[in-house]
Amino acid sequence: MDLTYTDEEKAFRADVRTWLQENLPRDLSEKVRLGKRLGKQDIELWHSLLNEKGWLAPNWPAEYGGAEWNAVQRQIYEEEACLAHAPRTLPFGLNMLAPVLMAFGSEEQRQYFLPRILNGEHWWCQGYSEPGAGSDLAALKTRAVRDGDDYVVNGQKTWTTLGQHADWIFCLVRTDPDVKKQEGISFLLIDMKSPGVTVRPIVLIDGEAEVNEVFFDNVRVPAKNLVGEENKGWTYAKYLLTHERTNIAGVGFSTAALETLKHVAQTVQSGGKPLAENPHFAARMAQVEIDLMAMATTNLRVVSAAAKGEAPGAESSMLKVKGTVIRQELTSLLRRAVGPDALPFQPDYLEGGDNAEMMGPEHAATSAPSYFNMRKLSIFGGSNEVQRSIITKAILGL
Amino acid sequence: MDFNLTEERRMLQDSLSRYLADKYDHDRRRKGVAAGRPFDPEVFAGLAELGVLGALFTEEQGGFGGAGFDLSVVFEELGRAGTIEPVLPAVLTGSLIAGKPDLVEAVIAGESIVALACSEAQARYDLDNVETTVADGKLNGTKVHVLNGAQASALVVTARIAAGEQGIALFLVPTDAAGVAIVNHVNNDGTSGATVSFTDVVITEDMQLAGGLAALETAVAQGTLALCAEALGAMETAKTLTIDYLKERKQFGIPIGKFQALQHRMADVLIEVEQARSAVINLAGHLEADRDTREKHVSATKNLIGRVGAHVVEEAVQMHGGIGMTDEYALSHFTRRITMIDHWFGDVDHHLARFIALSAA
Repeated sequence: MDLTYTDEEKAFRADVRTWLQENLPRDLSEKVRLGKRLGKQDIELWHSLLNEKGWLAPNWPAEYGGAEWNAVQRQIYEEEACLAHAPRTLPFGLNMLAPVLMAFGSEEQRQYFLPRILNGEHWWCQGYSEPGAGSDLAALKTRAVRDGDDYVVNGQKTWTTLGQHADWIFCLVRTDPDVKKQEGISFLLIDMKSPGVTVRPIVLIDGEAEVNEVFFDNVRVPAKNLVGEENKGWTYAKYLLTHERTNIAGVGFSTAALETLKHVAQTVQSGGKPLAENPHFAARMAQVEIDLMAMATTNLRVVSAAAKGEAPGAESSMLKVKGTVIRQELTSLLRRAVGPDALPFQPDYLEGGDNAEMMGPEHAATSAPSYFNMRKLSIFGGSNEVQRSIITKAILGL
Repeated sequence: MDFNLTEERRMLQDSLSRYLADKYDHDRRRKGVAAGRPFDPEVFAGLAELGVLGALFTEEQGGFGGAGFDLSVVFEELGRAGTIEPVLPAVLTGSLIAGKPDLVEAVIAGESIVALACSEAQARYDLDNVETTVADGKLNGTKVHVLNGAQASALVVTARIAAGEQGIALFLVPTDAAGVAIVNHVNNDGTSGATVSFTDVVITEDMQLAGGLAALETAVAQGTLALCAEALGAMETAKTLTIDYLKERKQFGIPIGKFQALQHRMADVLIEVEQARSAVINLAGHLEADRDTREKHVSATKNLIGRVGAHVVEEAVQMHGGIGMTDEYALSHFTRRITMIDHWFGDVDHHLARFIALSAA
């Protein structure tokens, strides 16, 4: 047992830190630090900077322009990026679609799509959930019928994160309705500019339209955009979900959120003293910090067990449950820390208006919306209930 | 012991609940908030007509209620429907303006709103932390989070006239007085707050109200009861929406309410909401008790409501899944309102510490 990083890993951390200090634009990190909402351009700018450095795709092999980092290096990068308040990268193309294309796509698909994920030409979104297919994803109904060289797609996807900016969507579609539900699903790549695609924003509880409904009305999709074999989509979907869960613990996010919380608790006064000195509040902060310290190690244990580039198995479900509970608790503590100043809704400030004045201390405006928004963590990417069922079956054998 | 409502209160509850079920829903509230309306004048007038405001005042004051259980009955129904109309300011200032019968009459009729301006930026939840002053007949200072301050015709303002607890006095200040500047804002739950600054506002003798910090504490105790009862009503709605959803939403071929993992959690929600109901009854029943007993119940109830509120909201959203996150679905309002109630007049931590201090005294 050795809890220290190797010299190479320490040097890697130093490199990452220096590069972030020198290259992460100040106005961007300030937005992230204050929990403001990022626009399309903010994310595209960050992607292009990382891409120039060759760090945009940490888990991709070098032949496709990836950094080919191992699991520990990726973890170190995540921690440093979060502490530096770097924006998160868009996972849809990089961490979801790309591994599927590398494993199951055609050479032509890889050659065409992978470089465009890196250079920012294609913004991808995910077409998985449907109104009737949430936790029971295999119940999806969006239909694709082969017609000559095309598939004709009809149906609806929902909860499509940032789909309003997307150029392409990868979709699970039903190609055979007459077999066991998992066996009639295919994985299809659809150009969002195709006639018949409509995107409708869904305003969420925090007032932001981050997710969308996507409707398909007789959309013609060239058959060459089918990934792998017809009716094998469920296998690819499961493969994708295990990759989606690789950074699911969110240790970096929680570490940064804990720092923010401590800072606010030092600044805010309660009964003539900093809130951080209030024994009740201090106890709550300590509790979550203790949980986070243990979870960071659980995360490293899982990460180091996974071989180079490989996605962890059912253990990632454990990380998702614990990781999201901790992140949510941190947002709950932050809203309580800012006290009555959590009351006002300040959309101008949230949307990043530089001149928008904010009522209350730093983070006051973002605290309640972020508490509301982060409820999604235990719902999406396989709800925590689904994760517990996976643990029950795959680890406990019950 | 008798846990039944009196005939009068039951009738008020029935008519209020029928009126709101008929007149008010998520769509109506949502459209109003989107259009920038701080409240719906038609609904507010309707509530006044039903006697909702009168029920908050004693017969002596021209009302027909004013006791703890009058407040809890009214606010539970308002919370159940999720109204954002300015009824709470009447509770917060009603006892403080008792010496101004004409104004009380206008409040009961729904013609005037009198808001309470008692919070300051540095004060967090401490009522005795007051830096606003009245000196040489001039009021100076800034108040924050004044509920419906921009819709009010007058404000009850706390200001320091001397050092110490006895040095806090109450003033009735018309919102159109020279030197009063009001900035309105919308809160996360759709209610309206204001930041109000006073610059050399001329204070005449008739503007000072009877009482000081003790009277303010009594008024805030009444307001806290109203908020807790409102949260209870909102939790009942969140619970009902969730039970309905568990019955109707199918995944894996069966209603998700058939999954034991969810059943047990829903059973816990029910247990907790019943605890919340008992806590509201405790406070309502001790609202007229001696100060220390009353305040212990204020802190006990507000702490429990804050804890249970977060539990109910988080479980309701989680069991709904994505749909529970959408603004269009009614649960969103109740989630925001219950959460924001924790931030008025002291949250769970504030009242836990206060309960410990009051118990030690």
